[in-house]
Amino acid sequence: MRTPLLLGAVALCAFGADEMAGKGANISAVVMFMAFVLGTLGITYWAAKRTKTAKDFYTAGGGITGFQNGLAIAGDYMSAASFLGISGLVYLKGYDGLIYSIGFLVGWPVILFLVAEQLRNLGKYTFADVASYRLRQMPIRTLAAFGSIATVILYLIAQMVGSGKLIQVLFGIPYELAVVLVGFLMVMYVTFGGMLATTWVQIIKAVLLLSGASFMAFVVMSHVDFSIEGLFARAVEVKNDVSIMQPGGLVSDPVSAISLGIALMFGTAGLPHILMRFFTVQDAKEARKSVFYATGFIGYFYILTFIIGFGAIVLLLGNPAYMDSVSGDLFGGNNMAAIHLSHAVGGDLFLGFISAVAFATILAVVSGLTLAGTSAISHDLYASVWAKGEVNQMREIRISKYATVGIGMLAIVLGIAFENQNIAFMVGLAFAIAASANFPILFLSMYWKGLTTRGAVTGGSLGLATAVLLVVLGPIVWGEMIHGDASKAIFPYQYPALFSVSVAFFGIWLFSKLDTSEAAAKEKEAYEDQFVRSQTGIGAEGAVSH
Amino acid sequence: MNQEIYARVRANPKFQLLVQKRSRLAWSLAAVMLGFYYAFILIVAFYPEIFGIRLGAGVMTLGIPVGVGLILLAFALTGIYVQKANGEFDALTREIKEEARGEA
Repeated sequence: MRTPLLLGAVALCAFGADEMAGKGANISAVVMFMAFVLGTLGITYWAAKRTKTAKDFYTAGGGITGFQNGLAIAGDYMSAASFLGISGLVYLKGYDGLIYSIGFLVGWPVILFLVAEQLRNLGKYTFADVASYRLRQMPIRTLAAFGSIATVILYLIAQMVGSGKLIQVLFGIPYELAVVLVGFLMVMYVTFGGMLATTWVQIIKAVLLLSGASFMAFVVMSHVDFSIEGLFARAVEVKNDVSIMQPGGLVSDPVSAISLGIALMFGTAGLPHILMRFFTVQDAKEARKSVFYATGFIGYFYILTFIIGFGAIVLLLGNPAYMDSVSGDLFGGNNMAAIHLSHAVGGDLFLGFISAVAFATILAVVSGLTLAGTSAISHDLYASVWAKGEVNQMREIRISKYATVGIGMLAIVLGIAFENQNIAFMVGLAFAIAASANFPILFLSMYWKGLTTRGAVTGGSLGLATAVLLVVLGPIVWGEMIHGDASKAIFPYQYPALFSVSVAFFGIWLFSKLDTSEAAAKEKEAYEDQFVRSQTGIGAEGAVSH
Repeated sequence: MNQEIYARVRANPKFQLLVQKRSRLAWSLAAVMLGFYYAFILIVAFYPEIFGIRLGAGVMTLGIPVGVGLILLAFALTGIYVQKANGEFDALTREIKEEARGEA
């Protein structure tokens, strides 16, 4: 179990040392990253001894507290892409970065008000448990598992490609090795430590990222005597452009604006790795607290990235140590704003720390995704559809470990295959599928008595197909990728959610109404009992504590 | 067995009260969040210059406090809901559960 890892680490050191000659910064990054890997593998070893049953594997035994889960959700949600991407966007365009962050945050209160506790009261391991509570197991689980796996794979490819490139720049190791290393570590955490190890990796990463970002924001503010007006005034002066203080061209037409809002809001509430986190707590009370803490941490994080982005304008712009004087871009691209800023505020040592945190962030996010994909395969497809619920627990756990290794290998292969492809559409597509297939089924199963199996399957599939079709016909795939020009797209909008979510809800409603079968009548009748359980938690799975 | 308990809970007026109170709060808070967010995003799309209005003599614009305010609003609304749900609603739920068991 340890040998290949050591090889990877040695390779990492060797390449890190090579790079050292050029940049003189990486030794601290490598040391801190190694400390993180060793620490988390230690936790995995500890978690492995406590992971015996399927419930332990999928939900850490349900014994995570609301506060811990809030940190873990924040850890799941604050990806390296959002840390580097949003601070880079603020560096480049100022105010537009804030618009983007707000979109990512406002889904959380809505999840709390309408989904979180019902989910905890009705489900066991996956959101498909909730959707299939009173509907026919086979078709609903199959569709839900398909939606989950599609979301997870798309998200995973985007993370793998992004991480390979980032690690290549930060640690100077080849792209392929970086992807293999990430894939290997995530499989280790998930197979041996299950949800317990994954949760702690996310918690540690969240604490490291929040501390690092807080320190950066603090030093930035100390440069402007802790005056926020001073920070903005200085940034406007350095950039010589007052437009960074107001909305620019990020969202210009109302259809795109509303569609993006719907994708972010309903998409977040349909991401399987996020939904799965609600089963790790004891009851509805802890589930609510999780969202409260998560919203606080994520909101605080976005405020920090805003300060960091403006700090990057003040401290990096025009500084030949960090930017190419010919092109005017930062070395390694404008998404490296936060990384360069860490060097500007804390020298080589802090650059090493932030680089290691960026790596840790990637590992935590991909582990959560892998576990969600695994549970869709082993719990939904294998145990519930294939074996019809009559399954030996040990066998289900074994299947889940094979599934983890399978997803890990697939992620590595796809990560390498997509190295030079345009992956910008993938996260958007993942959110669109989550918003158009997963969310409407989940939401209506909780709130609408009239939902039937036929309606859910037909409408959900229509939503899924519409989302995929519109992304393929849209500006990025049909336009830029196939015809080399975004304006050649058949479907003019980048975000299809407004249309695909409407199709899903309308389809589910229509086909449920048209379904007059006897089975449908029984499904409607079962809503009453389900409603009592969703509101009170009577009959819900209890938890064991560790 | 659960079905009998569920039937008893449904018949309990306290359950109706719980459902009514909780859904009213949940949907109103959701409406506040969605209302403010979509108002924000539509201003960004149609009248971005509103957020460019200067506040005072410096470079600070109206958009900054509004944006940060939305983040704080999201946190505050979740706080209000959790406070209410983990206190009043959970107490009511406990009573309902006890009464359902007591009559069994």
